[in-house]
Amino acid sequence: MTVLLLSLLLFMIIAAVIALYTEELISAVIAAGAVGFGSSAVFLLLRAPDLAITQIVVEVIALVLLIRTTLHLSGRGVGEGPSGPRVRAAGLFCLAVLVSVLFALPRLPRFGEPVMDRIAAAPSGFYLERGLELTGSANLVTAILLDFRAYDTLGEATIIFTAVLGALTLLSRKCLTSCPAGREEEGER
Amino acid sequence: MMTRSLIVQRISRWLAPFIFIYGLQVILYGHLSPGGGFPGGVILASAFILILISRGKEEAGRRLPLSRAGRFDNTGALVFLAVGLLGFVLGGSFLANFLQRLFPGRPFSLLSSGTIPVNNLAIGLKIWGGIFLAVLFLSVLRVGGDPDRGLKTMEEE
Repeated sequence: MTVLLLSLLLFMIIAAVIALYTEELISAVIAAGAVGFGSSAVFLLLRAPDLAITQIVVEVIALVLLIRTTLHLSGRGVGEGPSGPRVRAAGLFCLAVLVSVLFALPRLPRFGEPVMDRIAAAPSGFYLERGLELTGSANLVTAILLDFRAYDTLGEATIIFTAVLGALTLLSRKCLTSCPAGREEEGER
Repeated sequence: MMTRSLIVQRISRWLAPFIFIYGLQVILYGHLSPGGGFPGGVILASAFILILISRGKEEAGRRLPLSRAGRFDNTGALVFLAVGLLGFVLGGSFLANFLQRLFPGRPFSLLSSGTIPVNNLAIGLKIWGGIFLAVLFLSVLRVGGDPDRGLKTMEEE
C-alpha cells in the first residue's frame, strides 16, 4: 500500500517536472494530465472515491480542452476521421456506465435509511450527537462546513479565489487589446 | 447607447435592495438557519448582477467599483486565513474554533458558535466580490468587440 502510494507520488513528481521542462506544448499538456490521473489514483487508494471521481472527470475535460487548444494554437488542428470508431467508443462508454450503475445501485443505502444506522462509527452520527455541544452552531450543516471540515471550506474558497484571479488575468488582457469598453474599466483600477 | 425598458429598470431598482438585505440575512444567520457565506455571498452579488443586467455595467460599476470588489475578495480570503492561523495559535490546531472555547455563547442566539459567524462573514464578502467581478468581466468581454450585444439580444426577446 505504502509502496504503491510512494511510487505513484514519484510518478506524479516526475510527470510534473517533465511538464515544466519539456519543449513541446502538447507533451507538457499530456504530462500535466498524467499528474492529474496519478492524484486521482492516489485518492482512490486513500479511500476517497468521491474525490477520485471528481478529479478524473475534471481531469478528462481539462485534458480534452487543453489538447484541442494546443493543437489549434500550433495550427495542426484536430482531424475529423471516420465516425465509426467514435460511435463505437461512445457506445462502449455508455455500456460501461450502465453496467457499473447496475452493480452500484443495489449497494446504495435506501432512502430514509441513514448510513449511521448501519455503521455505528460513521462520522455523521457523531456530528449529529455532539455538533451543537462542540461548536454551538444550531445549523449543523454550517457546523460541519466551518468547524469540523473547515479545511475543506478553505480549499473551496481558494479554488474560487484562484478561478476569479485567472479569469480576470485572461479577460483583462483580452479586453485591453480588443474591446473598447474594457479600457475605461481598466482605467478605474 | 441603447434604450432599456423603463419597467425593467424601475422594478430592478426596487428589487435590488431587498435581494441585498436577504443576502445579508442569509450570511448573518448562517449558523442558525439554512444558509451561510457561500449562498449569501452569491445572493449579495446577484443584487449587483441584477443592476448590471438591467441598467448596464456603467451603473453597476458605479455602485460597486472594480477595485472595491477586488478588495472584498482579498479581504475575505485573508480574514478566513487569519482566523485559521489564530486558531493555530490560540486553539492548538489550524482553523480550530478558539472563540467557542473562550466565549461559549448561548446556543441558538446570534452571538454564538465562535468563529463560525466570523468565517461566514469573511466567505460572504469574498464570494460577493469574486462572483461580481467574474460576471462583470464576462459581460465586458464579447467576441467581436461589442460589449452590449448580449444585453441587446436579451431585450429584443
